[in-house]
Amino acid sequence: MHGYDLIVIGGGPAGLAAALAARAGGLREILIVERDIELGGILNQCIHAGFGLEYFKEELTGPEYAGRFIRLLRETDIEVALDSMVVEITPELLVRVIGRDGERTLAAKSIILATGCRERARGPLGIAGTRPAGVITAGTAQRYVNIEGYMPGKCVVILGSGDVGLIMARRLTLEGAKVLACVEIMPKAGGLPRNIVQCLYDYKIPLYLSHCITEICGEKRVEQVRVARVDENRKPIAGSEFAIACDTVLLSVGLIPENELAQAAGIGIDGENIETATPGVFVCGNALHVHDIVDKVTAEAQRAGAAAAAYVKNGGAS
Amino acid sequence: MFDVCIIGCGIVGAAVAYELSRYDLSVAVIEKENDVATGSTKANSAIIHAGYDPEPGSLMARLNVEGNRLAASFCDSLDVPHMHCGALVLAFSEREAATLAQLLQRGRENGVPDLRILPRDEVLEIEPALSGEVVAALYAPTAMIVDPWQYTLALAETAVRNGCSLHLETAVTGIEPSPLGYLLQTSQGFIETRTLINAAGLYADDIHNMVAPPAFHVQPARGEYWLLDKSEGQRVSRVIFQCPSDAGKGVLVAPTVHGNLIVGPNSAPSEGRNDVSTTAQGLHFVRETARKSVPGLDFSANIRNFSGNRAATEHSDFIITEPRPGFIDLAGIKSPGLSAAPAIAKLAVSMLEKGGLALHEKQNFIDMRKKAPPSGRVVCRCETVTEGELRAALHAPIPPRSVDSVKRRCGAGMGRCQGGFCAPRVVDLLAEHYNCKPTDVLQDGRGSHILVSETKRGLCTDTI
Ligand SMILES: Cc1cc2nc3c(=O)[nH]c(=O)nc-3n(C[C@H](O)[C@H](O)[C@H](O)COP(=O)(O)OP(=O)(O)OC[C@H]3O[C@@H](n4cnc5c(N)ncnc54)[C@H](O)[C@@H]3O)c2cc1C
Ligand SMILES: Cc1cc2nc3c(=O)[nH]c(=O)nc-3n(C[C@H](O)[C@H](O)[C@H](O)COP(=O)(O)OP(=O)(O)OC[C@H]3O[C@@H](n4cnc5c(N)ncnc54)[C@H](O)[C@@H]3O)c2cc1C
Repeated sequence: MHGYDLIVIGGGPAGLAAALAARAGGLREILIVERDIELGGILNQCIHAGFGLEYFKEELTGPEYAGRFIRLLRETDIEVALDSMVVEITPELLVRVIGRDGERTLAAKSIILATGCRERARGPLGIAGTRPAGVITAGTAQRYVNIEGYMPGKCVVILGSGDVGLIMARRLTLEGAKVLACVEIMPKAGGLPRNIVQCLYDYKIPLYLSHCITEICGEKRVEQVRVARVDENRKPIAGSEFAIACDTVLLSVGLIPENELAQAAGIGIDGENIETATPGVFVCGNALHVHDIVDKVTAEAQRAGAAAAAYVKNGGAS
Repeated sequence: MFDVCIIGCGIVGAAVAYELSRYDLSVAVIEKENDVATGSTKANSAIIHAGYDPEPGSLMARLNVEGNRLAASFCDSLDVPHMHCGALVLAFSEREAATLAQLLQRGRENGVPDLRILPRDEVLEIEPALSGEVVAALYAPTAMIVDPWQYTLALAETAVRNGCSLHLETAVTGIEPSPLGYLLQTSQGFIETRTLINAAGLYADDIHNMVAPPAFHVQPARGEYWLLDKSEGQRVSRVIFQCPSDAGKGVLVAPTVHGNLIVGPNSAPSEGRNDVSTTAQGLHFVRETARKSVPGLDFSANIRNFSGNRAATEHSDFIITEPRPGFIDLAGIKSPGLSAAPAIAKLAVSMLEKGGLALHEKQNFIDMRKKAPPSGRVVCRCETVTEGELRAALHAPIPPRSVDSVKRRCGAGMGRCQGGFCAPRVVDLLAEHYNCKPTDVLQDGRGSHILVSETKRGLCTDTI
């Protein structure tokens, strides 16, 4: 079986920077496997500015930030497999990929997991009520609006104050939707202070701290949510409930590293170190832990790329 | 003019359609929703019960035990996800242990094979996650779990392959006697039939009352659930019941055929037959009651809450009667209706035959079905569902019309991200297939639009 020096799983900012750093570290045969039809990861749908202030010392949009790395990549002969999803890895460093034309298994001397994160959905919150259309995670809404060109709703309540939700509060407002409230269960907002100001306050969107949604109502589409103030144990306070009529609930209640591949293979990830418990397998970016700005992702991924290069050049010893 | 019309395409209507499609008959199924299995059949515990629970001599007892046997063979031949996992009924006190002995006795009378009582140590050895408080358990190895949607779809699809016609989005609004049988008034026009099967689930009394004097009333009772991620799926390997009480079979903890863990149900009054909401109190009750059986359950791994309505009536047994010649009620089909359905269907067909319907077996009856294998790119990352499987579903005899009906068929959107990743892709595929706009694509039933309009700029590729 053909063996790569390095297979990078995920072609977002983490995967791109890791592959480039591994090349700089002297690795020859590198493959990036990306399940989307283009490189760039989640940055492709982040069309707002605010990326790269640390790394490039200038303010770029998501696609611009990713574009800089993609251009560097094109100058190399690093292989890229798009529209291809890794469905399994093994502790022996085999990588099973399903692409448009079927399935193949590839061998590698090292692997970097750069699979990003996913959004927490409604389930873990256990919100009571009905299950109508119109309950959607902020990132999925961002994809519909910025990539597909469609509005997921007109009258929106945002649950959670993560950055993606805040960014979408502004984006949906600019697109003509009414964002009625942002409801956060903690006494303090989750997102960056600059996003609270620029995405909520500037548009006079009320932020309800120490509040939660107790019920989602509506038969076909969301019709209203019930909101209550919570006590210090985050339990709804009786009598504090009020209703907000809306057609959409946007969830911005946390991001979770996507490391099911490692989990299924029994490869331990500690959430902190780029080394996994399996020699030769590294992890970086949001797959390791959720970063609030992409510049830090890039720096971490560069370390992972260099570590993989050192590992392979030492003949499999780190 | 049809020989037989079946009103309702839940598990019962689908099973009757399948049985009838063996014969040279013209058969139609009339369903008001845009997919099969949208009523009680969509939201239940998904257990094919062994049959120790119903009162000996009842229809429920006989049809459950027979249905269990038939289900095992249908699941194999029609490629329905299922698992012969068996069930345990736990006793936490000597009094409950006495109930187990009664259940064992009842089960033997009902003809349930291989039942036995296991002592505490043996129970904890085969299910180490159970509470140490358990004193004994009844073990029923013939209990199974299935995917109820797939089971219904498999039966309905095979019936359609064998010539049965399925009329979705067609609500029966009135029934008149006609010279040759019955004339149905529907939301899509008139349909005439010689004989009629009432398999309308929660609305079976409405249909009955269109034909005969009132004889029963459906009093829906809601059951609420937690569905936990695959990370919890191995917690138990059998269906874990608590001792039944007057309130029913109680809260169970069971694996699902997709590798998740299902926890529920309670029994709460519904505000209407369409009321499948969940409540904070209901979910709390289910969670705390389940912890009595399996203390370590991690409810933060929840991926979905849902509830379903039981079609309970004032009668304790199923109502399977012929109140007028050629009109058969299959009503009050509460639990174990999913288990009993194939046997209910055989009974209904024999009643039609007694009434004079001639049954000639088809020469080339298709009794096998195979789902499409994975092919092409992965659309759903959590459940690894491929584009090939989605396209095959769109070209099957009963194609999906909404995002949720794709989910029910292929599993796309059923996993931990609940469609966050695949929904936009599925919306695209549906829009392409039906040649409509993404804004026309539905989440599930009528009116459940996902997208409300284009953005101001429409496709904004220029800014990316
Ligand atoms: C919805 C959303 C919006 C965000 N908005 C902002 C923002 O506005 N500003 C900001 O600074 N940060 C934002 N972030 C944080 C942002 O994720 C990080 O800054 C950065 O994009 C993380 O880079 P990454 O490469 O680790 O992950 P990603 O960019 O998510 O890239 C991971 C890549 O791996 C691919 N992949 C995953 N699994 C597989 C597999 N099995 N096989 C093949 N390919 C796979 C994915 O398709 C994806 O392209 C956002 C995050 C999310 C989830
Ligand atoms: C909480 C709960 C848990 C359960 N657990 C189990 C279990 O573990 N095992 C088990 O064996 N059973 C279980 N059951 C019972 C089982 O789900 C039902 O017995 C079974 O699904 C009933 O099927 P059905 O086809 O009769 O009804 P339904 O599935 O409700 O189908 C009736 C159909 O008729 C249609 N219809 C109604 N009116 C009209 C009209 N006017 N025109 C056209 N169409 C119409 C409806 O749209 C619907 O699709 C459970 C039930 C509940 C609610």
